[in-house]
Amino acid sequence: MESLFDVGPLALSIGIKLLVMIGFFLTAPLVAGYMEHKVLAHQQDRLGPMEAGIGPIKHGVGQLVADGAKFLQKEDIIPAAADKWVFAIAPGVALIPALVILIVIPLGPGVFGVDLPAGVFFALAVSSVSVLGVLMAAWSSANKYSLMGGIRAAAQLIAYELPLVLGAAAVVLQAGTLSLVGIVEAQAEFRLFGIVPMWYVLPQAVGFLLFYVASLAELNRPPFDMPIADSEIIFGHMTEYTGIRYAFFMLAEYAGMVVLSAIATVLFLGGWYILPGVPPPAFDLWFIPGEVVAGLIGVGVTMGKILSLVFVMIWFRATFPRLREDQLQRMSWLVLIPLGLLNIVVIAIAKVFA
Amino acid sequence: MPTLPKLPKPPQIGLLKGLGVTLKTMLTPSTTQQYPHVKPALPPRSRGVIALMEENCTVCMLCARECPDWCIYIDSHKEVVPPKEEGARARTRNVLDRFAIDFALCMYCGICVEVCPFDALFWSPEFEYSTYSVRELTHEKEQLRVWMNTVPPPPELDEGADIPKEIEEGLKAARKAAEQAAAAAAPAEPAPGQAQTKAGGAAAGGAAQEEDIHVEAQVDQEVFDQLIAEGKSERVARAKAKAAYVRKEKARIRAERAGEGS
Repeated sequence: MESLFDVGPLALSIGIKLLVMIGFFLTAPLVAGYMEHKVLAHQQDRLGPMEAGIGPIKHGVGQLVADGAKFLQKEDIIPAAADKWVFAIAPGVALIPALVILIVIPLGPGVFGVDLPAGVFFALAVSSVSVLGVLMAAWSSANKYSLMGGIRAAAQLIAYELPLVLGAAAVVLQAGTLSLVGIVEAQAEFRLFGIVPMWYVLPQAVGFLLFYVASLAELNRPPFDMPIADSEIIFGHMTEYTGIRYAFFMLAEYAGMVVLSAIATVLFLGGWYILPGVPPPAFDLWFIPGEVVAGLIGVGVTMGKILSLVFVMIWFRATFPRLREDQLQRMSWLVLIPLGLLNIVVIAIAKVFA
Repeated sequence: MPTLPKLPKPPQIGLLKGLGVTLKTMLTPSTTQQYPHVKPALPPRSRGVIALMEENCTVCMLCARECPDWCIYIDSHKEVVPPKEEGARARTRNVLDRFAIDFALCMYCGICVEVCPFDALFWSPEFEYSTYSVRELTHEKEQLRVWMNTVPPPPELDEGADIPKEIEEGLKAARKAAEQAAAAAAPAEPAPGQAQTKAGGAAAGGAAQEEDIHVEAQVDQEVFDQLIAEGKSERVARAKAKAAYVRKEKARIRAERAGEGS
């Protein structure tokens, strides 16, 4: 499938892709963040932000914009003992991977930057880079709490990278391709028992569970937020950060939520398909060609699926208490990884005999 | 023997129950009050601020003396009231110059409200009088009088409660007078129409007459002297003598009217 943005000269199409990507990158995490504000509040019998608004629309829709403006004005403190350069660039290192992954994620039919033949591999490899930002922040802060948080993050990310990859590998095995666009197309053609069209979420239920739980842990989201456990180690690697650098870390968290939910959507929930086997309709609307209409509807469907996965992440945060460090490690090494290996074996056997 | 790593128990139904609780909480409306936009519904006896009914204050200083943290400031002077009649003695009257409560000191115990014998101090549920400075929390009588407008009416009595003592005494006196009037009217007026509905009609007639008759109270000298002789105090004797005079006078007028009617 060709990208819709490949029009005319190379420079123009790259420019359009960058604009769309940055636009998505700047809005989707805000939507996820607003959702977290309100959903978490209501699940805790609160109302959440109610005042800040855009024009006559209140209910706190402008809260994150106001917060951003506030973070910009705050003093940017770099501790005297900190490793200044590392400290300064760590938030960027944590943030950039989320932006880079967006290149390969298909949001709709033709709405993607590039259809890499090894898209899954690229996405998972790049998402691991953000760990580097966390470790850099932890080490350079010259703060024992930051360091403890960093060590916990390292242990956790090594433990949960494996189930994440194992869950994705089983999907790749079933689809027979590493390309994210190819996986979406393969899901459209998949028939459960040869009859019922179905996404991979049902045959790959174990893989979906592994992938989702592991992505929660990758993002340091509760109940796997040991690395930033605020009641024990202040705020982990973010303890010494203030102002816009701290805001970058927060943005990285929400962007990570959106990006990992987007990968899960593509791998397990059929990407832009409205229902299993039902692609978004392509009809001409006034002067807009059918391809573009289908692409826009596809983006809407994908966003809906992403936001429902983000909703479940928030729901888990409101519900489950934090795991202890040993429970966390035990869960990964003794449960999730053996389960993932078993899953791959089962899928491989099914693939061969089907 | 080396201990084997203990496998965690498989996730149980409690995880789903927890999710159910948070989902249910999300779907039920929050109890949060949006305070500056929506005023709280305070119970009528809320202790918000102390209001002063200046007209009722006699500068007796009881409130200021009873206040545990001395936060009530009262200034007054005496004024000579010219005598009503020629040759009588001139009276003096207390005039309130300043009545201030320092709400920075006040601990909202309400002793001043309890102790006021003239119903000049009241609790008001008004609570929005925070200031930027402690000094501004001392409020003068003008502001305290303004707060009087926010004092709610006394709460309704509970169902089946006893009638307040004052009202019950008044009712008792009125019924007694009506009965007496009926007893006085019944033999003097054997009207054929009223005979059938004797009890009801007589009570109604008595009540109607009660409104008509107005007697200026005077001291019945005979009764007064008798009561003094019995050793009653002058005040009690005068009050009882006045009451006796009024009763006698009313009975006389009633008898007169009954005579005219027949």
